[in-house]
This record gives sequence, C-alpha cells and structure tokens, in this order.
Amino acid sequence: MTTTLPLRTRVLSWRVRVRAVVVALIGVVLLGLLMALNMRIGDIQMSLADVISGAIDVNSPAHFVVMELRLPRALTGALVGAALALSGAIIQSIARNPLASPEILGVTTGASVTVVAGVVLTGTANGGTSGLLTSLGIPALALLGGLAGAAIVYGLAWRRGLDGYRLVLVGIGVSAVFTNIKFWLLTVGDVNDTGRAMVWISGSLNSRGWEHVVPTALALAVLVPLALLGTRSLDALRFGDDTVTALGVRVNPARALMILAAVLLAAVATAAAGPIAFVALASPQIALRLARSAHPPLLCSAIIGAVLTTAADLIARTAFSPIELPVGIVTAVLGAPYLIHLIWRSRK
Amino acid sequence: MRLQAAGVKLGYGDNVIVDGLDLTIEAGTVTTIIGPNGCGKSTLLRALGRLLKPQGGEVLLDGKRIDRIPTREVAKILGVLPQAPVAPEGLTVADLVCRGRHPHQTWYRQWSSDDEGAVAEALAMTGLADLAERPLDELSGGQRQRAWISMALAQGTDLLLLDEPTTFLDLAHQVEVLELVRHLHQEAGRTVVMVLHDLNLAARYADRLVAMRGGRVIAAGTPHEVLTEELLREVFELDAKVIADPVAGTPLVVPIGRPHHTHSPASASEIS
Repeated sequence: MTTTLPLRTRVLSWRVRVRAVVVALIGVVLLGLLMALNMRIGDIQMSLADVISGAIDVNSPAHFVVMELRLPRALTGALVGAALALSGAIIQSIARNPLASPEILGVTTGASVTVVAGVVLTGTANGGTSGLLTSLGIPALALLGGLAGAAIVYGLAWRRGLDGYRLVLVGIGVSAVFTNIKFWLLTVGDVNDTGRAMVWISGSLNSRGWEHVVPTALALAVLVPLALLGTRSLDALRFGDDTVTALGVRVNPARALMILAAVLLAAVATAAAGPIAFVALASPQIALRLARSAHPPLLCSAIIGAVLTTAADLIARTAFSPIELPVGIVTAVLGAPYLIHLIWRSRK
Repeated sequence: MRLQAAGVKLGYGDNVIVDGLDLTIEAGTVTTIIGPNGCGKSTLLRALGRLLKPQGGEVLLDGKRIDRIPTREVAKILGVLPQAPVAPEGLTVADLVCRGRHPHQTWYRQWSSDDEGAVAEALAMTGLADLAERPLDELSGGQRQRAWISMALAQGTDLLLLDEPTTFLDLAHQVEVLELVRHLHQEAGRTVVMVLHDLNLAARYADRLVAMRGGRVIAAGTPHEVLTEELLREVFELDAKVIADPVAGTPLVVPIGRPHHTHSPASASEIS
C-alpha cells in the first residue's frame, strides 16, 4: 500500500499520503508549464521573455495579448477545470460510482436549457443579443439553470434519505429530459442564435476575460476550502448509512452539504465556460489511479482537472489554427474513449 | 443502567414492527436478543444504537434521550456494528479500522498518537495485525467480520451493539468472535448487546437473554430462566428438549422437530 507519514505537533496531527503529495506537486508544475505554453503559442508566437515583459510592462506591444486575451482565458480554463474535477470527485464519492459526474446531478444539462432558452428566445436574428445578456446574462442564466436542475434531481431522488444509486438513476432520467428540451429549443430558434448557443453548450473558453476569471476565482476561494474541510465526512459517507451514523456523522445533513458544494462548483464552472464534457468524470479517476488511493483524492483531482482543461484548450486553440475549437469538443474527443475504457474495466 | 428503551414504537413508514416496548440494559453485562426471523430484534438494536428514530417513546443513553445528544458524542460512548455492513471498494483492513477513530478526530487532529495506539490495539485484539495491509475484499468471511469488529473496538466505546456478528461464519469462527466478546466484557468491563441466531451460543455467552416475538419481549432474564421448553414452543414454535450444556452447564437446546408429520400414516395413504 501507499506510504503515509505521520505529521504531528502539539495541536495538529495529520497523516500525509506521500504519493498523493508527489502527484499534486507534479501536477502543479505541469500546470505551470502548460499555462506558460498557452501564453506563448497562438496567432502571435511569443518567447517567454515577450510574455513576461508583456505581463509587466503596460506599454509593451504584447501587453494586450497577454493580459487581456491569453491570461484570462488560461486562468478561466484552469479554474473551471479544477472546479469541475472537484465537483466530480465529490459526486463520485457520494454516489459510490466512478461513472457519476455533475451531469447526473442535472447541473450542466439544467444550465444548458436556460442558456439556450435565453439565447434563442430573446436573441435577435442578426446575432445582436444585447451586450448585457452576453456578458452578465448568460453566466447568470447558467448558474440559475444549474441550481434549478440540481434541485429538481435532488427533490425527485429524495425518499426518507438519499441513496446514491437512486440519485444516479433519477439524474440520468432528468438529464435526458433537459437535453431533449434543449434540442427542441435549438430547432425553434433562429439559425444565428442557435449557432451561438451551440458554441456555448459545447463548453468553450473562447474570448473569456477577467469578467469570467474574477467571479470564478472568488467562488472557488470559498468553495474549495469548504470542500476540503468536508474530506473527512466524505470519507465516512463512502460507507453504508448505518455505519456512517455509528461513526458519529449526521448522514443526511453531511451528504446534503457535500452535494451542495459539488453543485455550486459545477454551476460556477458551467456559468463561466459552459458544460465542458468529461473533465468532471475523468479527472477524479485519473487522480485516484495516480495517487493509488481507494477513492478520488479531492485536491489531486482538482489539480488534474486544471491540467486536463488547460491542455485541452491548448489543443483547441492551436490544432486547427486559425479556427479555434470549443474546448469541450476536445475534452469530449479525448474523454469518450476513456469513458469506454472505464465501462469496459468495470464490466470485468 | 446504561441504555433503556421506554415505550418505543419502531418501524419503517406505516410498517410498525415494534410497539410500546420497554427494555433496560444494565452496565457491564452481555445481553443477547433472540427471537424468530422478523420479530423485530434487529429493529430494536438499531433503535438502541440511534440508527433508527423511534416513532414513539424514547431511547435513553445514561439517562439522557439519545436523539438529544450530538451523534458524535454518542459515537464516543456507544459503538454499533450494523448487520451486513458495507465498505467502499479497495479498502485495506487498517484503513477500515482507522475509520473507527472518526468521532475522536477533527480536521486539524486526524492522526494523533491516541488514534495510532487504539488502532494497533484493536488490530491485535482481533488477531488482525498481520493482515493490516491486506485489501478487505481478499479476506475470508470470518476475517472480514473480525475487521469490522476491530473497527468498532478502535472506536474505544465501552458500550457495544453487535447485530448478528456471527452471520456467515463457520462454527469455529463464531466461537472465536464470541470469545472475543466475552474477553471484552470480562477484561475491559464493556457492556455488550448482541442479536444472535444460535440459541446455544447465545445461552453460553450472554449474562442476560431477551426473547422477542411479534415485536414484544416475551421473556428476559438469565439463560436458565429464559431458555425453557415452554418458551421455545411459545417464541419459536419449536418442540425441543433443553438439557445442560456438558461444557458450560448453560441450557442446551436440542430440537425434536416434528417426526409425527413425516411418518404420519394418513399422509402416506394420501400420497399413494
């Protein structure tokens, strides 16, 4: 098994999983490298020195590209990836199912419905949705739809308590309904509006600016520590309900709180970048295998999520240059075989 | 008096299983609840361990209503091993036993030397020290059951509720688990409440037997008082002889069965 180191002072005592720490550190370094690469590569190729001078010197020609285009986009990607992965790790732990993800909680599909409805029903044919709707309205609509979707799933899955299996089944059903409402809305809308809606529902980091970075970062600054504090109750919640109670954990409040954290993380991420596929599903499972732990490690999952999303966006931006793909297309193309692999493994 | 059920009404939704039951568990005793399938013995044990909230009446732990004590505080006094507990995949024995320390830990104190000591002691008492790093899924039924008991021991409570701790175990392992329970009781003065199916083992290892049927307590007392031929007929609808256990002197139930049914001439002629 994995080596653990006891870490003790007079007040504190922790057990550190050496392997998880190493994975986290390597992940952070990798994330840094990918971010730097993301800063350099693009329509205008830059050396690292250009990037740095562009970041520091307001009068540098590279300033606009680095500080207004590439950095906020890369930061949005990393933050969103971390949030989705953390959300996925929490949900997989609670559902006791490696195939669970925020999609089954109705968050991403709910957000898709409200955003598509907003764009299609209020849009004007020439693509001139009002500025307010695009910059503030769409994230707000996504947040609202995500939370409403999760509330519906939670409400329907509740029966004198919450069973992970029931949650997954109800979630799949509700998500199917939402997805079909979304498709119906797309068919009734104007073609220009639906085109823009399509980019959003694929999950895209195109033209993300500081107005996306700041709220996402603020939300994560609150939610990530909360989620990490919940690690211990999450650990307990992996057991059967009777065992959890016997260990002194109030099952339903603890589970509801963790689900709320997962829902908020996914909703915030979706509000900023749309429903980016597979990051929430794959990152916790990758983290789990790398860290050789019995369940998805939260912090490692978040870091892996940031790495995956940043790498996917690098591919999305550069693979078919000058055309920029939505990052969600890349994660879906990479993620689909991985999902098949997971199902294949669980079959055996 | 450690634990008391006072007029409890227990059930799941509209399905009421136990109604108006009183039971008192004295400190430092081993109490075993017996009764036919579906008599409500596990339901009662779950209520005593606050895993099931009574629909009426109350459960008192050291004189206080158990549902008014924070569940974490209860977990420091009372350990419960549920029937057929579920563990997440990929856990090792040590991982499982460490979980028993949960009520004693906080986010900043997750692995104190007390925790380490309690886990090592619990593993040693259940003879699992050598298997500590083995995945739970690879163990035999008996070893796995001992691992769960070890987890409950690591919790360090002096009250233990065990719901059928010997299910799925062969006789040798059943005896082993019950010897461990006796040891906990005699050496550490713990109070134990168990649900058991095997009447002879129940009689041998319990100070007090509680016989239930249809959600009611039919008899409670020492094994000699409770395990009588009349009671077996009333509670289990079983014709049996009760003799003295040649080893322990406790009541030993020898079922008679119903030979007159199989050898009845009437039924034989009906078949032909």
